[in-house]
Amino acid sequence: MVITGLGAISPLGMNIAQTWEGLCDGRCGIDRTTAFDPSGFSCKLAGQAPDFKIQSFLPKTLRKAVKLMSRDIELAVVAANEAFSVSGLVTRGIDPDNVNVDPTRVAINLGAGLISCDLVELAPAVAASAPDGKFDIRRWGNVGLELVTPLWLLKYLPNMLACHIGIIHDIQGPSNTITCAEVSAFLAISEAAAVVARGDSDIAVAGGAEAKVNPIVMFRQCLLNRATSQNNDDPASACRPFDADAGGAVFGEGSGMVVLESLRNAQERGARIYAEVAGYGHSNNICSAYEHLEPDGKGVRIAIDKAMADADISPEEIDLIIPHGMGIAADDLAEARGIEGALGKAVKDAVVFPTKSMLSCTGAASGALDVVAAVCAMSDEMIPAAKNCEKKADGCNLNIATESQRKKVRYALCCGYTYGGQTAAIVLKNVTG
Amino acid sequence: MAERVVITGLGIVCPLGHDVETVWEAMLAGKSGLATTTIFDASTFPSTFCGEVKNYDFAKHTNNPELHMHGNRGTRFVIGAAVQACRQAGIDVETDQPRDNIERERLGIYLGAGEGSVKSDVFFGAIVKAWDADKNEMDWRKWTEVAQSGMEPMHELEQEPNMPAAHVAMLTGARGPTRSCLTACAASTHAIAAATEMLRRGDADVMIAGGAHSMIHPLGVTGFNRLTALSTRNESPETALRPFSASRDGFVIGEGAAIVVLESLSSAKKRGVEILAEVIGYGSSSDAFRVTDMHEEGRGAIAAIRLALADAGIAPSEVDYISTHGTGTAENDSIETKAIKAVFGENAGRIPASSVKSMLGHLIGAAGVAELITCVMAIRDNIVPPTINLDDPDPDLDLDYVPNEARPMQVNIAVNESFGFGGQNNVVIIKRHQGY
Repeated sequence: MVITGLGAISPLGMNIAQTWEGLCDGRCGIDRTTAFDPSGFSCKLAGQAPDFKIQSFLPKTLRKAVKLMSRDIELAVVAANEAFSVSGLVTRGIDPDNVNVDPTRVAINLGAGLISCDLVELAPAVAASAPDGKFDIRRWGNVGLELVTPLWLLKYLPNMLACHIGIIHDIQGPSNTITCAEVSAFLAISEAAAVVARGDSDIAVAGGAEAKVNPIVMFRQCLLNRATSQNNDDPASACRPFDADAGGAVFGEGSGMVVLESLRNAQERGARIYAEVAGYGHSNNICSAYEHLEPDGKGVRIAIDKAMADADISPEEIDLIIPHGMGIAADDLAEARGIEGALGKAVKDAVVFPTKSMLSCTGAASGALDVVAAVCAMSDEMIPAAKNCEKKADGCNLNIATESQRKKVRYALCCGYTYGGQTAAIVLKNVTG
Repeated sequence: MAERVVITGLGIVCPLGHDVETVWEAMLAGKSGLATTTIFDASTFPSTFCGEVKNYDFAKHTNNPELHMHGNRGTRFVIGAAVQACRQAGIDVETDQPRDNIERERLGIYLGAGEGSVKSDVFFGAIVKAWDADKNEMDWRKWTEVAQSGMEPMHELEQEPNMPAAHVAMLTGARGPTRSCLTACAASTHAIAAATEMLRRGDADVMIAGGAHSMIHPLGVTGFNRLTALSTRNESPETALRPFSASRDGFVIGEGAAIVVLESLSSAKKRGVEILAEVIGYGSSSDAFRVTDMHEEGRGAIAAIRLALADAGIAPSEVDYISTHGTGTAENDSIETKAIKAVFGENAGRIPASSVKSMLGHLIGAAGVAELITCVMAIRDNIVPPTINLDDPDPDLDLDYVPNEARPMQVNIAVNESFGFGGQNNVVIIKRHQGY
């Protein structure tokens, strides 16, 4: 199973090139939140993607659909467009006159978040239901409700990311949307690989997208004390994965996509092959304080063990690890223990490059952006320097990339987890030459 | 050779009851689980009724209710459904030392699960306080003041759709592959299909698969009412959901959880557990048409049914029963009928095709597996459940929808269809398992 297309939109840029250059340059995509006034929030920071007009990414015939697109959907559409363009596959959305794929043989599998509605959009209807300054559900039923735009719900169903992309590019094969929060994209990419491997489709687009720059979503993370309240006046240093001064995560928005196909399919059409999906593994984190990772990182370790077994490699063959690395001290330490447990002695050699200090945590998109970053590192034989990990946290024995380095990456490991429990790992293989 | 996949446990919590036998008996008697909404005051909404789970106490199913007390309605339902299904399949729950002969790293979970609901008073109250109608903007400082005092951290966390799966993992100690998907009304049928594939591929020996969802909250009902997808026969909830009838006017939201234990045949044999049925095939497709409508000719639905038949290696004539998606909307029932005719040809009129949604309501993410469970029971008892409220058939819809009364008949192979908003189509086929 190989990757032949890549797409990204992130706090570092509109596409793969800008995102990867940003990571290599140590740029930080985190800044003070501008999407809304964050002054009442304990974390006033966010990783916001650039502004863009979604119309320019859509075929003329589908431009009416923009009214049904939440920000999450827009981000996914942008990244999927790039992934198909890069792959050389011509879908209906790329060029309807020169389609070179069989739409019934294309699958889609995306990670999506719990999309929160736009409160500003809803506010006039809510206000009309509170004539005395107190919300009255009965008035909502006969007055407020009627003011809600008829297709309102369709903007917020998580499966609509895949539906819109499917309609734009004419994807008629299997479609799925994984909603496992911050680990969703890994699960989606793995499932897509299985769909293609089984022969249910020849091609799959897979990844994830989420826009966490929404007041409710952000406030939730503040309430859970997952978002940092430190460094609000120094955004670039706020998110510090595996660092002794880690104070919490920063949340953002983005999307990452890959195009997957069988090696034979890719070779037959002469496609450029970026990497091979060599193996994956999944498990659960189980602990009573389930907003956190269990302290010994067992669920992460099992996922990595399974992914290495699936790829049939030993830990010594892994040259690059992109961890989940939230910047939440207890979770980072637990994750480090899980990685150390799986890699054993090899952990001192595998270079660890956390991305969230620059990309922020983009929720359901984060795993896909990490896969994209790992593929770029393989292609460029370049591992960027970790940002904001100046003094490694006590107890963390990972080999964090202190400086950027030229290096041929044979195998890269990406891993992740989410509150609640699901864990995942993916092994990518360098197939240059 | 891929592993064969069998069903070894069933569990359900839904508007017709809190266990499989009770629900099945009610269905065969043609009872409706729909009634006036009580969870919130819906008296002025266009639809004032729904299918609620009533008098259910999740704490009866667990020794550790505190661990699950923040769970959303779907999570609470899934605890009951999962515990029942695990018990039937001989899977030990809530123990560090299971004796069920299943390695925890080989025990996975796949749910089609929905989001929790916001606390309405806080959600709406914060907007009221913060909205400046003159400026047409929100004062986010004011909003945070209300949010800070009203939003509870764990309640917020539990709104995430991955949380029901997380609680099932805590109950069972499952350390195998675990996913949760949300492809609208097709979600839990997708979960069955994908979990089947994981067992075939050898990623796990046992998968706890199913769905959990409740959209019975003000925003959920608002959303579907604005789409004009819901029945508004408020005067008569029990007869409101009328799939395939001329007077059908939409679906009715239900809620609940449904779980099946899927297991590789070799694991089931090794453990010596009773095999309830075999999953012999699945099919999955997308309409790629419109986010608002199904493809007019049922292109995606047809593809999914055909793929499932091909995967199962059976001819259309071998199918004994079809559990339809049958939502009771004008569009679904007519396009689904077209799709069944296109695939089954001359057999279409002969194969009974009923909609148990007429009794359960539409469990959204959990609907597909609730319906799959009825297929398993139909095979066990050789009787198919009816489509109730079908006393004025739509003259354009001419399949055998099993109107109003359950029908005893030999059932060996059953097809379960689910079609999600936006065009995801999933079909699963199960078969009577004979001997070992």
